[in-house]
Amino acid sequence: MALFLEVCSQLAGGFVTAFLLFLLTLIFSLPLGLLMSFCTMSKFAPLRVLFKIIVWVLRGTPLMLQIFAIFYLPGLLKWFVWPTMNTGWVWFDTTFTTRFIAALVAFVINYAAYFSEIFRGGIQSISQGQYEAGQVLGLTRREVFFKIVLLQVIKRIIPPMSNEIITLIKDTSLANTIGVLELIWEAKDFMVLDGLIWPLFIAGAFYLIFVGVLTIAFNKIEKKLDYFKA
Amino acid sequence: MSILEVKDLRKRFGNNEVLKGIDLTLEKGEVLAVIGSSGGGKTTFLRCLNFLEKADSGEIVVNGNTVYRAVSGKEPEILPSAQLSFGLVFQQFNLFPQYSVKENLMLAPRLRAKRKDSAVPYKEALELIGKRADELLATVGLTEKADAYPCQLSGGQQQRVAIARALMLSPDILCFDEPTSALDPELTGEVLRVIRSLKNSERTMIIVTHEMEFARNVADKVIFISEGMIEEQGTPEEVFGSPKSEKTRAFLRSDS
Ligand SMILES: Nc1ncnc2c1ncn2[C@@H]1O[C@H](COP(=O)(O)OP(=O)(O)OP(=O)(O)O)[C@@H](O)[C@H]1O
Ligand SMILES: [Mg+2]
Repeated sequence: MALFLEVCSQLAGGFVTAFLLFLLTLIFSLPLGLLMSFCTMSKFAPLRVLFKIIVWVLRGTPLMLQIFAIFYLPGLLKWFVWPTMNTGWVWFDTTFTTRFIAALVAFVINYAAYFSEIFRGGIQSISQGQYEAGQVLGLTRREVFFKIVLLQVIKRIIPPMSNEIITLIKDTSLANTIGVLELIWEAKDFMVLDGLIWPLFIAGAFYLIFVGVLTIAFNKIEKKLDYFKA
Repeated sequence: MSILEVKDLRKRFGNNEVLKGIDLTLEKGEVLAVIGSSGGGKTTFLRCLNFLEKADSGEIVVNGNTVYRAVSGKEPEILPSAQLSFGLVFQQFNLFPQYSVKENLMLAPRLRAKRKDSAVPYKEALELIGKRADELLATVGLTEKADAYPCQLSGGQQQRVAIARALMLSPDILCFDEPTSALDPELTGEVLRVIRSLKNSERTMIIVTHEMEFARNVADKVIFISEGMIEEQGTPEEVFGSPKSEKTRAFLRSDS
């Protein structure tokens, strides 16, 4: 029993890290994704093409690779440019915070790319008539977007969004590849150090419960927006 | 002074010359019916008046002010106030689905009142806007639907809401693009009755319609647009009773 509690408390620590990574990723990648979706829909061709390529690369390569790239590449580049003034090849030093930040940056960029495509699909599915009705009533493009279009977009993208967000929860486990002490790392610790397998299943239960909570939350939001058809 | 003068309005999409020089004057309180066969450019004409399309060349003068002037190949000049000179009721209503009927009416005036350059304090303005919305809902006979959402209304009711919404900002000229052609036949009557009831000496309206009976009864002036030009114009009696152009005659024959 004592062991069980110890495992749980250690895993809870890992869960907090994973949760933080999850939350911060959402907070930064949702607005960034919206911005990126505007860029991929821009009338200015160079900007549009540039961002289409960026989205292609971010969605077309493994997230794990991107985590490595963010963690190691800046250091490597620095080493190439100023080999003399560098002490090591890891730019993000080895403290926990910088590892966490490297993982966070990778997650934010990667998920912003996915979200931007969801936003783009949602925005482009809104009928032109909504924009025109707003314009004819003397509203600015900004007002039309934020006061008329956005909520309709949100209603339409909730299903794909909830999918992507649930994937994000489980993807936080990838951060353990650069030594972020999240859930899986902690569970693996018990396996490696104490020869215990079952903490991994407890870790699984943590994910499961969290996903359950989010699923309920998304259903609530969906219900809340049920009052109109769009 | 005429409330509206349109001078040599032209518009092309690629190689397709859709408006080939429209000239028009309209007096305050007049109702203009625009008729014509499909693809003739009626919708494009209304969209140019409402700046949803930018005419390639020509002038739009409202109350003596040139609100739009374009010369071929140059960026058109549009007065900032131009948009509010016109209102437009769409074929497909285009209500905002997430807002109740009354909120649909109030949204645009409310957002305008919120802007920094607004003269009246927001709270006061809001009260006036609410009152005006109630009045207009009564005008279109939908007072009891104020809190309903668009998805709970019939097509005819939605279109009446759209009409009230367009009137909220008191445009100088209210335009309708086939306001009843997306409706079931049994619902067109209620919308046409509302439009007819709007007719008074203060309201100037342009109505694109395929309802010839309605045009004949309500309009003070009728134009027949064919292939981007005004083929015939005059009073309803003139255009419907004794059309001069062969094209008009053919159109009226095929339509009845
Ligand atoms: N955005 C656009 N791009 C290209 N061509 C267009 C566009 N809008 C309209 N057209 C063309 O302009 C012509 C006139 O169209 P318009 O919709 O103004 O006709 P209409 O008189 O309103 O017809 P209807 O009675 O069917 O509504 C058509 O040939 C149409 O294909
Ligand atoms: Mg049309």
